[in-house]
Amino acid sequence: MSLRDPLATARGLGSAKTGFGHWWAQRVSAVVLALLTPFVVYCLARYGIADYAALKTQFANPLFSAACILYVLALFWHARLGLQVVVEDYVHHGAFEVVLQVLIKIVFSFAAVAAVIAIVRLASGS
Amino acid sequence: MSAQKRPLSPHLQIYSKQITSVMSILHRITGIILAIGSLGLLWVLVALSLGEDAFSATQACLSSGLGLFALLAFSACLMYHFFNGIRHLFWDAGKGFAIPDVYRSGYAVIALTVLVTAAIWWLALQGGAA
Repeated sequence: MSLRDPLATARGLGSAKTGFGHWWAQRVSAVVLALLTPFVVYCLARYGIADYAALKTQFANPLFSAACILYVLALFWHARLGLQVVVEDYVHHGAFEVVLQVLIKIVFSFAAVAAVIAIVRLASGS
Repeated sequence: MSAQKRPLSPHLQIYSKQITSVMSILHRITGIILAIGSLGLLWVLVALSLGEDAFSATQACLSSGLGLFALLAFSACLMYHFFNGIRHLFWDAGKGFAIPDVYRSGYAVIALTVLVTAAIWWLALQGGAA
């Protein structure tokens, strides 16, 4: 979705090209997390992780599993975008910065995929 | 024109701290902690999907002294980043920029962080969860 104002392009306002996409993705994932975090925190505080069977049963509900998948995707996306900005702002050491940026992308992509696989596995009851 | 001793860019060691700047950097610090902690959430999910043996090891880790401390720190960071994040979203929408509003919302975020973190742990310990 492009929310770039064509007038801004015509008038040559700023040199921004694809930066808005990053900013917007950070906000969209923030809204998803803001909506789902109270639910996740309440579940964890109320039921804890002491009861393995009860915890596992929750995932049998497709709505619960879907909410969990949406949550982990928004979470790892938000984390990856945020860490990227932190590294861009504070790490100014050529090779180290590049390695760190690539590492962040790999770790959080892996985390997102692994979390979804774990949830799907729990949802299918295997 | 005599050379005046004009202030240079902020020297953080001597720069007077304000709630605005401290809360701003805290948002980033808690964000980094939460990003690392989110991998802990992944570990819990993976252990849960692997079965009861793997999960009981995770439970043992999390209910140890260090585990509980990590959970307490994580929950406090999460509540701060959550409430301050909502504050940021209002700013993104162009609301609450007047300085008195910024201070008021700042104190509200701090108060809510303390209160809600306490409420979470009251709820958790009451149910004998962790």
